[in-house]
Amino acid sequence: MIALVLALLLALGAGPAAAQTAPRAVDEQQVYAVASELRCVVCQNLSVADSPSEMAGQMRAIVRERLAAGETPAQVRQYFVTRYGDWILLAPPRRGFTLLVWLAPWAAVLVGLIVVSLLVRRWTSRPRPAPAPIDPAMRERIRREMEQEP
Amino acid sequence: MIPEAGTGALLVALVLALYGATAAAIGGRRGRPALIESAQHAALGVFALITAGVLLLVYAFLTFDFSVRYVANNTNLGTPFYYRITSLWGALEGSIVLWAWMLSIYTLIVILRHRTSARELYPWALSVMLSVMAFFLLVMTVAAPVFARLTPVPGDGRGLNPLLEDSGMITHPVALYLGFTGFTVPFAFAVAALITGRVGDFWITTTRRWTIVAWYFLSLGLLIGGWWSYHVLGWGGYWAWDPVENAAFMPWLTGTALLHSVMIQERRRMLRLWNIALVMLTFGLTLFGTFLTRSGVIASVHAFSQGSIGIFFLSFLALVVLAGLGLIALRWDALAAQGELDSVVSRESAFLLNNVLLVAATFTVFFGTVFPLLAEAVRDTKVSVGAPFFNQVNVPLFLALIFLMGVGPLIAWRRASLENLRRNFLMPVLVGIVAAAVIRLLGVSSILAVVSLALTVFVAATIGVDLTRATRARLKMGEPALPALGGLLLRHNRRYGGFIVHFAILVVCVGVTGSQAWSVHTETTLKRGEETALGGYTIRFDGLRESQESNHGKVTGTFTVVNGGRAAGTVLEPAKKFYPQEQSPIAYVDYRLGLLDDIYLVLGDFARDGTSATVKFQVNRMVSWIWIGGLVLTLGTVLAILPERRRTS
Amino acid sequence: MKRAWRWLLPLAAVPVLALLAYGFRLNPREIPSPLVGRPAAPFALTSFDGAKLDLASLHGRVVVLNFWASWCYPACYEEAPVLERGWRAYRDRGVTVLGVDIQDKDEAGRKFVQDFSLSFPNAPDPGGKVSVDYGIYGVPETFFIDRQGAIRVKHVSALTDQIFKDTVERLLAEPAPPR
Repeated sequence: MIALVLALLLALGAGPAAAQTAPRAVDEQQVYAVASELRCVVCQNLSVADSPSEMAGQMRAIVRERLAAGETPAQVRQYFVTRYGDWILLAPPRRGFTLLVWLAPWAAVLVGLIVVSLLVRRWTSRPRPAPAPIDPAMRERIRREMEQEP
Repeated sequence: MIPEAGTGALLVALVLALYGATAAAIGGRRGRPALIESAQHAALGVFALITAGVLLLVYAFLTFDFSVRYVANNTNLGTPFYYRITSLWGALEGSIVLWAWMLSIYTLIVILRHRTSARELYPWALSVMLSVMAFFLLVMTVAAPVFARLTPVPGDGRGLNPLLEDSGMITHPVALYLGFTGFTVPFAFAVAALITGRVGDFWITTTRRWTIVAWYFLSLGLLIGGWWSYHVLGWGGYWAWDPVENAAFMPWLTGTALLHSVMIQERRRMLRLWNIALVMLTFGLTLFGTFLTRSGVIASVHAFSQGSIGIFFLSFLALVVLAGLGLIALRWDALAAQGELDSVVSRESAFLLNNVLLVAATFTVFFGTVFPLLAEAVRDTKVSVGAPFFNQVNVPLFLALIFLMGVGPLIAWRRASLENLRRNFLMPVLVGIVAAAVIRLLGVSSILAVVSLALTVFVAATIGVDLTRATRARLKMGEPALPALGGLLLRHNRRYGGFIVHFAILVVCVGVTGSQAWSVHTETTLKRGEETALGGYTIRFDGLRESQESNHGKVTGTFTVVNGGRAAGTVLEPAKKFYPQEQSPIAYVDYRLGLLDDIYLVLGDFARDGTSATVKFQVNRMVSWIWIGGLVLTLGTVLAILPERRRTS
Repeated sequence: MKRAWRWLLPLAAVPVLALLAYGFRLNPREIPSPLVGRPAAPFALTSFDGAKLDLASLHGRVVVLNFWASWCYPACYEEAPVLERGWRAYRDRGVTVLGVDIQDKDEAGRKFVQDFSLSFPNAPDPGGKVSVDYGIYGVPETFFIDRQGAIRVKHVSALTDQIFKDTVERLLAEPAPPR
């Protein structure tokens, strides 16, 4: 009985081990992910992943090959940047001058919120005149109307 | 003959437009009704002449009149009949004609609707509309002459860009331009308000419907553009953050902000300065869009061409922006009225936040689009700002907006009491949290997808809360359920039209979330008979065949969906089309649409003998929800612009 | 003074408009290459005639590496005779001209070579590896590689006899590397 269990375990264990000796298969999704960060050089604004052009297909093949050889996505990107410059990256690098474009959205929201809060502060601090007293019947009628108002 | 006749008609139209603009302005200033009427006649004349120009062009297309350079450049003897008509707006020169024609029609509608009801503003608004038309007429006669003659007359034309031979080409520019040109009307009234000093609420309430209609057509144009991109361009996506797409998206964002902040002005008489600036900004962005498409300043898939036309557009844009902002500065005191807010927790705040987010998003898109220019000007380097950037920075903003979409309609004006908040939001918030947990448990790993869907559920729940509560109130009065609901929608059509539009946005949001989070892609080379599987579907490559169409050669690959539920048995035939006038082949995608999954194939390289082919295989999830959202949007808009029913006592 | 601040609004638009105007002076298709000044990437290609071509064996010679395609009309058609003339004039003076046919069909490439009677080696680039290694955007593009093996000039669009002569003469005047 124990021998059987051991044999089974060995059989199960052998499976994954055998797979590890095979060449590293590349996940197409990863190829797509890396390729979507690269700009297709013969198209207008499409990524290498999306472009139907021949050159993009060749570039995808290069991405696939390099990933299969064990390179990290960052290394693959660097390969293209060395040859084409930062222009080939569809999202500009987050350092140096191009950091500006990454900060811009947050700056815009911040400025907007500051302006709005300043305005709101000014508008809520205005002293309001005391409301005139209303008789109960009118108050009840108003309440009913308000319930139906959109 | 046609080139001369057409040019003549347009030149006369230009003169009439300039005359009318001047006459209306003087008539408005001096109070001379006769001059204003004369300007009206001029506007009618402009419409008639541009229509004549359009008819002449269509005639030239239909009769293969290659003496007109525009016809020769955009069709050839093999171009199918319906594309010959729609080629009218297929390229630069014709698109300007379409724009001007729509403007002239809108001007006539303005005349009919507003000449008696807006006595003070109307002459100036008319003058502005005629001035804008004069500009476009100038462009189409001088900068990019649409009726330029081609000598010698060629025997055959170049032909239409193959990517434009599609139904999307028939509808997308029309819808988009109806949107763009529609925003000219609120702009014209805003300028009129500034010039006359009547900067109260009248100008904006009078143009409310124009804003909604223009906004709707712009939304429709963007959605059709996405659909066209999806099924023609062969890259499997619907939005690439291409500069010209951005140029159409920005006025949409500010237009949306305007639609909401208008409500604050109507209710609380606040934000006058902001609203008038927003209208100027929206119109300015529509001009920026036309500038971007036609100047070649930023490379784009849409770019028509380069040339002097860019200078025309930039000059006009500069004139509009500087004059508009200058007028605002002039009338600042009258505009910057006192505002009053009772509490930070109120609908006013929600709308203010909505505006902040939308304008911040607009700024982000604008800055990202022109950043390559800035980088080159300042640092002399070339950089790209594309989809990964825009997706990353805009998603948080849009998610926050979705959240506000649930809060805004229900939170009270002035001051929301704790009771009001509990009544309206407790249930939806709980439902949203539960939904988030359920979605996570179902195995969705992307945090953004979970948040997005949970927010969608939250907003839907708030709509549900309002609808059930209001219907229940009617039921209490004895009305049966369905008429109660119907009556509710019609009686308060603005509010519920708005709800339906919000719901449409939710549907689109689900579609976008699903397609971004769960779509799968692969690319593989298959031998004949070989199969490959992806995302629950298996396809088999069955072979290639060659054929010759009227104006192009075609190689078609046959693929059969072998399994995958109801899709099994579908035959998909992506192809490569070889047009003599194009250097590289155009990919023709084939797809099977579904409610949840679209199967999408693009043919790549192939062996000449048909034994193998490379295919890009995608399973795109939930994309159809985006188009369905468009239909719901139409319903909501129609409801919202119905004339309001008078309250029965 | 407070009144004057409101004019900031129209004034703020001016730099933006100026930036857009600046855009007219730019060519979005012109992208500078980061490879200029760097060692040229090694490659190993097989010419249309079956001969093996590799960069290492050309060390010490000035190399004119030209990327073309048969569908690249009219630019490649204009510069093919220029390259042929340059090859004939300078092959004995230490210059090698190499042509790489990219994104093309072999038959179309061979026909192109035949039509222009090109006698310098031309090779197809299967898989586009060499073209990506050299950061190619389109065709034609020509690299002038000096005797030390570094890329000195990248020329985009059709070559002329003048540009060929000037660049090659300049690079030939430089000292040969030690053997």
